[in-house]
Amino acid sequence: MAYSDKVIDHYSNPKNVGTLDKASNTVGTGLVGAPECGDVMRLQIQVDNATGIITDAKFKTFGCGSAIASSSLATEWLKGKSVDEAVKIDNMDLVEELNLPPVKIHCSVLAEDAIKAAINDYRSKNGLEQLVFEERIH
Amino acid sequence: MLKLPIYLDHNATTPMDPRVLETMLPYFTENFGNAASRNHSFGWHAEEAVDYAREQIAQLIGADPKEIIFTSGATEGDNLGIKGVYEMYASKGNHIITCTTEHKAVLDTCKHLEKLGAEVTYLEVQPDGLIDLKELEAAMRPTTILVAIMYANNEIGVIQPVKEISAIAKKHGALFFTDAVQAVGKIPVDVNADGIDLMAFTAHKMYGPKGVGALYVRRKNPRVKVTAQLDGGGHERGMRSGTLNVPGIVGFGKACELARLEMASDTERISKLRDKLENALKQIEESYVNGNPAHRLPHVSNISFKYVEGEGLMMGFNQDIALSSGSACTSASLEPSYVLKALGLGDDLAHSSLRFGLGRYTTEEQIDFTIKAVTDTVLKLREMSPLWEMFKEGIDIDSIQWAHH
Repeated sequence: MAYSDKVIDHYSNPKNVGTLDKASNTVGTGLVGAPECGDVMRLQIQVDNATGIITDAKFKTFGCGSAIASSSLATEWLKGKSVDEAVKIDNMDLVEELNLPPVKIHCSVLAEDAIKAAINDYRSKNGLEQLVFEERIH
Repeated sequence: MLKLPIYLDHNATTPMDPRVLETMLPYFTENFGNAASRNHSFGWHAEEAVDYAREQIAQLIGADPKEIIFTSGATEGDNLGIKGVYEMYASKGNHIITCTTEHKAVLDTCKHLEKLGAEVTYLEVQPDGLIDLKELEAAMRPTTILVAIMYANNEIGVIQPVKEISAIAKKHGALFFTDAVQAVGKIPVDVNADGIDLMAFTAHKMYGPKGVGALYVRRKNPRVKVTAQLDGGGHERGMRSGTLNVPGIVGFGKACELARLEMASDTERISKLRDKLENALKQIEESYVNGNPAHRLPHVSNISFKYVEGEGLMMGFNQDIALSSGSACTSASLEPSYVLKALGLGDDLAHSSLRFGLGRYTTEEQIDFTIKAVTDTVLKLREMSPLWEMFKEGIDIDSIQWAHH
């Protein structure tokens, strides 16, 4: 299977690889996937509590090139967005941007799940109720 | 100057040896006859060429030329050997013993026969990839007609204790079939010393052409017969109808002759390179060699690099190096390698494996390049692996409640 140039670019030069302090109440962490499934994504956001703007985002991913590219692109998109805007990032936007083939759509779903999990982690640390998302069939 | 890409997937297929091609060429054009044409010189030439190839092939495996049945490849050989015995010996019993790490051509053939009334025992393998002979002994029944265990495994290269297996089958009056695709031409295989009754193998895994293989069928002690699976002109002693692929067979014969003459020197050179590769990659922290290292083909190494995923790993160098991974993502099934799982490896280790298959044209320069490329990519991907970070922090990954998809 051939990868798109954008996937190759994110794989070769991943953006925002790293770790934020998961104990901080301005950081939300989402850890999704499972080692047995061959994909684990950890996505973190740093939020400015005053403005609600995501000032930084980091990821680490165990997975194929498409999973790495999906999480790398997700962190790019998250930076500068408000938390409310970030919730609206849809996996199909990632699919389109990265030109993912059908067998790799689950990588984008995982990235979307990671974003939502990170946001909910941030919300719970700050006494906000959990957002409920529709169950998805992966 | 190193020429890229480097081919390290010789268990999938091999390049044809130019000497094999040269031998084949006249049989496409001037010597194009049908080996079954008994009435003219075109047919005689073709038949002569086939007979000569049959001798070359038989000699490599210590067989009589009459015991070689030509097929289109090993998948057909597996089908003909197993289905053919099941049909031929139906009055004797309906039980077949095989193992879980066989090639799909054997496993799916057995599954097909189960639908027709066969009883099949699938032996588990031990963590080193070898079957337990005591379990085989215990699985034998009065109705067991066939034991089908591969000679050497295609993913991890482990060599099964064929002599001991055939002795157990014989003791219980069952026939012994072996898929020897990965072994013939690579290590000494002798149908008499090994006690083999039926054996499938193919040309393209030993520097011969694709589309031609053979089924060895024993003629003496005991005389074995298989029911034909293709009806037609009764070629190949009635066991496999169809006009013989003369150029392919000629090439197969030449490939066997070269393998016989050059096996010792090839093995010595290739196993040194394999060991160099393996020893260097074992230096990477948390890397594991899969399969019994002592009972293994000389040109194969299967290694898991924990905390990185196989497809992601290959992407780091697949412009330059061609090899295979046990990762789910490289197959259509989305399941990681069933062979590695059968060894008791967790799915995570199965997802993290690479198979290196060296060959006749592999050079030390290629191996040095591969060592560096794989090492660099593993280290790079671990830097972006959350699992590696957890491992380094001393977190037990198995204790985490993962959301399964």
